[in-house]
Amino acid sequence: MTRRAKPKSVESKYHEERESLFEGLGRLDRRGFMKVSAAALGAVAAKGLTYTPFSFLPVTVAEAQAGRSFRFAYISDSHLYTRDVNDRFVRQLLRAVDDINAMDPPPDFVLYGGDLAQLGQPEELALGAQILRSVRVPVKMMVGEHDWFLDMGDEWQDLFGEPTYSFDHQGVHFVTLNSVLEEDFWTERNMTPMERMQTVAGLDNTIQSRFMVGAEQREWLRRDLAGKPPETPVIVFSHSPLYKYYRPWNFWTEDADEVQAILRRFRNVVVIHGHTHQLLTHRIGNIHFHGMLSTAWPWPYAPEGLPELTIQMNRANPFDPNDGLGDGAVDVHPDGLVDKLYNLWNRNPIEVSRTYTVSRGRRDVPARPNLPSY
Amino acid sequence: MRERILCGAALAVVVAFAACGGAQQSGEQGAERGGEDGDDPAAGPEAAGPEGEEAARELMAQWRRQHPDREWIEKEQETHTIVPPADNSDLVGNPQGATYARITERDVALWERETMRLVADGSRVFHSADELGSTIAVSCDMCHPDGSNTHPETYPKFQVQMGRVALLRDMINWCVEQALRGEPFAPDDPKMRALEAYILAQRSGTELGYGRR
Repeated sequence: MTRRAKPKSVESKYHEERESLFEGLGRLDRRGFMKVSAAALGAVAAKGLTYTPFSFLPVTVAEAQAGRSFRFAYISDSHLYTRDVNDRFVRQLLRAVDDINAMDPPPDFVLYGGDLAQLGQPEELALGAQILRSVRVPVKMMVGEHDWFLDMGDEWQDLFGEPTYSFDHQGVHFVTLNSVLEEDFWTERNMTPMERMQTVAGLDNTIQSRFMVGAEQREWLRRDLAGKPPETPVIVFSHSPLYKYYRPWNFWTEDADEVQAILRRFRNVVVIHGHTHQLLTHRIGNIHFHGMLSTAWPWPYAPEGLPELTIQMNRANPFDPNDGLGDGAVDVHPDGLVDKLYNLWNRNPIEVSRTYTVSRGRRDVPARPNLPSY
Repeated sequence: MRERILCGAALAVVVAFAACGGAQQSGEQGAERGGEDGDDPAAGPEAAGPEGEEAARELMAQWRRQHPDREWIEKEQETHTIVPPADNSDLVGNPQGATYARITERDVALWERETMRLVADGSRVFHSADELGSTIAVSCDMCHPDGSNTHPETYPKFQVQMGRVALLRDMINWCVEQALRGEPFAPDDPKMRALEAYILAQRSGTELGYGRR
């Protein structure tokens, strides 16, 4: 997804196909191999082709296994002002949309990770919605605090529907939460809606409350997951990290422990979150956490609380206005665990593979930064 | 007892006048005024009869109406985390070198108040796209919450992209021009002084290491 699709010669296509087959075969056990062979023969029969041992076309290895690997992409934290106020953030979101549309093969869907608008204004949200309409695959929307606190989500919900929902895709159960609810800090201070919005919009503003999922949504989550066997792969989308990283900046969810408890009985759970604008990796038992990049501006790592598994990305270069920004993709494997791709603009992409989190950081360690945070 | 409280209120008028008058002007002037009101600490109960109390109350109320932002330092401290200046209270009672006087609690409080005034002003500017003159509604805190990742302790250093040695203020101006699309500040601009003060204050206790990349 880092480069645009180029036309390929027949030879390169053949070699790529051949290579991916052998790579796949290497990972198969005997039973898997039999399945692939049978599927291949079946596919040949169905198409009425003559089987030749040199053709790899009929089936890919991944498809023949119980579940199928698939990829979805993400864009997050665009913080749009209207175009006349700030054209930079608009252009950066457009760049991300171009990235997604150039992915070959296209992802199954795109997750938008929240904070589409900067100050939750109808014009900002409408502009975001308009830009996201040019994404060529379905977009799953998640809400962020910048979308919410001007009118407590009215406009956002008019455009995109309920912020809390679940869906199934390729055998994986996906859940999207609104994790940016806050205790009322505005009524006693007599704040206008815009003052409330601007308070929440300041990351280091100490007046606002802490993010939470809240009792109502936790109950919804419990009911949504009820009856699902523990082998079900579950992927949760939340704007804030569903764990406790750094409280003063709301890199934090106040009731994270309660939410984790609901997810505890599943074998593999992955949480994909926005808000932190940085490469972030964490694992708590069966739950693997990955952050998302922003398209608007990068955030430094917090002075304390950084999860051990996180290999920091280089600190952003202030002389490159797009440094530390980007979008990315998530490769979901049949077991529900994911390889997380950070497509950093103007830098080499970084992949945090599932083997890295499964081995608790011993295998497939991502590239270490040569310019860490101060 | 009641009289003492009212008398305190009257004194507070004077102090508040001094403190807030200074906020509009430079820190140095503020310091002088702070010194003046200490010269007459005993405008005691006998000086303020019921009429005096009434007048003081009225004056105070009027002044409050005219200065809705009178507690801006406290407000800034409530809204953003500001690292406080070093505590000098252990110096109270020490002689002040060549003068007859000794350092008083009042001196220490004054130093702290005046230093915090400049730093709090820096925090205010740092968090305001309007104060910074950004034409694209961007403020420093968007990339540098709590002044993080500004590493003032590493300046001066050779900044390859500028082709010369940069001071903290050069980097501030670089961000103001490029990241905020605003007009750079003159080196002695009160806002530049305040920004430098806030950024340095937030890294209090960090070892200096100029030139560090």
